[in-house]
Amino acid sequence: MSRTLARRMTAVAAIAVASLGLAACGSDSEGDGGGSGETVKIGFMGDLTGPNKQLGINILDGAKLALADYEKTNPDVKITIVEYDSQGDPKQASGLAPKVIDDGVVGLVGPAFSGETADTGAAWEEAGLPFVSASATRVTLSDNGWKTFHRVLADDGFQGPGVATFMANNGFETVAIIDDASEYGQGLANEVDAKAKELGLTVAVREAVAAEGTTVPNYSSTISKIKGANVDAIFYGGYYAQSGGFVKQLRDGGEDAVFVSGDGSLDGAFIEGGGEAANGAALSCACALINDTATGAAKTFYDAYKAAYNTEPGTYSPEGYDAMTAFINAVKDGKTDRAGILEYLTTVDFEGVSKQIKFEANGNIVGGTILMYQVKDGAIVGIGTTEDAKLS
Amino acid sequence: MSAAKRLRLPSAPWTRAYEAASARWAALPGWARWVGYALILVAALALPSIPGLGDIMAPGSSWERILFYPIAIYVLLALGLNVVVGYAGLLDLGFVAFFAIGAYTNAILGGTYGWGFWTVLPIGIALAMLAGLLLGSPTLRLRGDYLAIVTLGFGEIIRVTANNTEFLGGPRGINQIPRPPSVEGVDALTFSITDSKPYYYLAVAFITVFIVILKRLERSRVGRSWTALREDEDAAELMGVPTLKFKLWAFTVGAAVGGATGVLYASFQTAIRPTDFTFIVSATILAAVVLGGAGHIPGVILGAFLVAWLPELARDLNKYRVLAFGAALVLLMIFRPQGLWPSRLREAELKEGEGGIGRLGGEVGAVVTQEGL
Amino acid sequence: MSNFVNQFWASTIDGLTQGAIYALVALGYTLVYGVLRLINFAHSEIFMIGTFATVGVISAAGITSPLAGVGLLLFVLGAGAVAAVVSGGSAVVLERVAYRPLRRRGATQLAALISAIGASLFLQQAVSIWVTSDARTTERVMEKVNLLTIGTGDLRADKLLVFVGAMAMMILLDRLVSGTRFGRAIRATAQNADTATLMGVNIDRVIMITFLIGGAMAGVGGMLYVIFFEVTNFTVGFVLGIKAFTSAVLGGIGNLRGALLGGLLLGLIEEYGASVVGAQWKDVIAFSVLVAVLMFRPTGLLGEALGKARA
Repeated sequence: MSRTLARRMTAVAAIAVASLGLAACGSDSEGDGGGSGETVKIGFMGDLTGPNKQLGINILDGAKLALADYEKTNPDVKITIVEYDSQGDPKQASGLAPKVIDDGVVGLVGPAFSGETADTGAAWEEAGLPFVSASATRVTLSDNGWKTFHRVLADDGFQGPGVATFMANNGFETVAIIDDASEYGQGLANEVDAKAKELGLTVAVREAVAAEGTTVPNYSSTISKIKGANVDAIFYGGYYAQSGGFVKQLRDGGEDAVFVSGDGSLDGAFIEGGGEAANGAALSCACALINDTATGAAKTFYDAYKAAYNTEPGTYSPEGYDAMTAFINAVKDGKTDRAGILEYLTTVDFEGVSKQIKFEANGNIVGGTILMYQVKDGAIVGIGTTEDAKLS
Repeated sequence: MSAAKRLRLPSAPWTRAYEAASARWAALPGWARWVGYALILVAALALPSIPGLGDIMAPGSSWERILFYPIAIYVLLALGLNVVVGYAGLLDLGFVAFFAIGAYTNAILGGTYGWGFWTVLPIGIALAMLAGLLLGSPTLRLRGDYLAIVTLGFGEIIRVTANNTEFLGGPRGINQIPRPPSVEGVDALTFSITDSKPYYYLAVAFITVFIVILKRLERSRVGRSWTALREDEDAAELMGVPTLKFKLWAFTVGAAVGGATGVLYASFQTAIRPTDFTFIVSATILAAVVLGGAGHIPGVILGAFLVAWLPELARDLNKYRVLAFGAALVLLMIFRPQGLWPSRLREAELKEGEGGIGRLGGEVGAVVTQEGL
Repeated sequence: MSNFVNQFWASTIDGLTQGAIYALVALGYTLVYGVLRLINFAHSEIFMIGTFATVGVISAAGITSPLAGVGLLLFVLGAGAVAAVVSGGSAVVLERVAYRPLRRRGATQLAALISAIGASLFLQQAVSIWVTSDARTTERVMEKVNLLTIGTGDLRADKLLVFVGAMAMMILLDRLVSGTRFGRAIRATAQNADTATLMGVNIDRVIMITFLIGGAMAGVGGMLYVIFFEVTNFTVGFVLGIKAFTSAVLGGIGNLRGALLGGLLLGLIEEYGASVVGAQWKDVIAFSVLVAVLMFRPTGLLGEALGKARA
């Protein structure tokens, strides 16, 4: 906890200059606020104190860094980030939505997770409030006809099949597909399942294990089933809070097939929870993890992030930075109300730190690259795209 | 003689004032009381529209919205659970199940098959009542504590089943549940995503209808039987009250209110998922009932209001919300176990509450209360 | 069904291991219920505190590599003692703060239950705020070596330790309650508190010690849990507590041997059931069996018997 606290303190310090004198700024009446020209409010919504808070904090820290960079240019129009902590809970998110709209926020970084995005999307649409999620990957989110919806990473319609392709490319023939019975985990696992069958893989075990929030489940029965099926690889759809424990119980149970999981497990906490057992695990993500081997703009981002928060950028930090940058570019272009920013986002096209940021008409990012990572000696390293990645 | 009797403090001035006021209220002619009820109703309907009130009551969120959810929804659920816990004295830790059944009925019939709100409502109520009967008939023979764990289990069974059933949407739940039909041209009855007021008015209508029904039940033979079986089940049975039948009544009536609330809730959220129906909902509603004063409708409403609203007020202290809630429950049970606003009948029952009931009947009686403890 | 046959031995071993932990925690529910007729809802948090105490011992002892032999034995005894004391102490404080004032006033069972739920929330949040809200992983305390393979099932050292440790505690407690003077006081209070008082039993003390013992059992359960799973967090007690309480009811609440039987049975039923219909139905299976058992034996499998001499 203290580590997180310390990081947040540093973050506060890093943008202190930016927010000086702005924090006390009164609320901009109702509706399309922010038109006053002086201060523009960009909201952030995601899990900051719930069970998967690390992902939310990563995005927020990325966004704050983008803001700090903007402040360095001494702009006329000031921007503030207003934080809305949904704890990743759709019900809390929809409870906060009217508040966000009333607060005169003109753009929203978030909501972080798919569930909360699904439940609040209609509210943002009704208010004409453009929102850019840095991490919501559910396929159907872009099917609602929401003009305000955007995301800066490819959806599970790419990730699921990508993982299946990756497994086929690496010569796995029989696989087990397990999920944590959550909205995210099961959704992704189903996508992997469908594509795996299409590619001719045998899905020998397909099971859900109730994860019950943050408790520590006993996976013994599922593990026995996997052991009995003699699989080459195991895909687990779920969050890092449980996947570390799962892989550990798996290895202790004597099962040594390759462990594959998705972006929900792509966090240091997975390695912490899994210990030795996490080594060798393959993790997929539509996101770009940036580490000290990065070059160019990504390297600049890495250094700045490390300087501000005293830690490496986490999962979705670059996406948080890019989502915020999209709004900042809109403001730079003189757009300070919801309609203007929304209009601007249809034309936005810049090289972000994670990828080229350009949206399709339905709000999806142009392009659908899914990257693979592998845990080696307790560190997460990139091994290429799902098409070309080979396990070592 | 119980310790409670010895320790009884002299009544505070405000207690005397309250007693005087309630005596005067009871002495009023019928029409005057009806005027009083009408005034309360008008005041309730005005709540979302009083300027400035929202800034005081819900500085961190939308007052209109929290008036409907959680406040009005909790009030409705508490009214339902009050029948089971307050009237019949049965310990139910899985009330959320009936809420879930109502909500899922609306999700399936409304969301998947496109049926209208008013068609779904009676079906949701009926299904919840049916579930109450199915759960109740085998389990209501059980003593209080067994009943508690069985109902808790039932709540979990419903939730886990929904989570594992493709037809019920699995963990993702069901989206695009239709809103209630709007009345053309009347703003107060135009249901939309941005305006919570119409939902609140509808909820007030629900609450009013249920209060009228519950009050009538309370004064009927059914209500008297509930009192009898709550005070002493064995004696009631001996006097010829078919206790099982009336326990089932309580369960079914409570379930009906829970089911109706579920239908309403689903039409407001328009998306539901299994995580909306966890045990903590049951526990919170139970806390609301006991906090306000089990068996007393005004008390229960007060309890539900406080349980729903206080956390909103403490939004800035987000981290400490649940902590404070837990501590408050303990303190309240120590210093005012009868609840904040109990009925006089219940208070009298509690005052004479020697331990016997709890130790034999296992229902809502006393914990060990022997002399000298 | 073929899964059931294939996994039978694995399920049996895993079920007994999990069931032993259920049983240890169930003891606390059953003891308190036997004496006070109170569902000590916050007992699950006493277990949770026990897991954190063990995590604390592991990091304080500076264990970085798995122990074996005498070292392991010393650790189990030491950590068990610390966890038992911390959990038992917490249970006594809980009784003092949340239940005793209610008892004195002759509050209803419902009031006591609400107080228990309040205390449970409070303890959970207190740990979440002041200790950690994340999962706390520990170093490996013992190698998870396989001792014996029975069919498809591996009898691993840590599973054996959990089972044997739990059984040892059970036997100890059973001896205590049925064979000592103090055990008689507990049984007397459970049977009839009034008469016990008249016979000179100090009921406050009996109740306090009941909580202490129940808490200590949960603490040991927490210690075994951490050795087995190597992780804990502030919500770890919730589901486990419900399962343990179910075990107690299944066996006949208030009955010590019933808690043991109920715990092991529930563990086995869950594993067998999960092998047949899938792990996601575990909870549904557990509760359905509970309802079925209660329908035919309304006071659990062994009946309520703490007050009876055989206890």
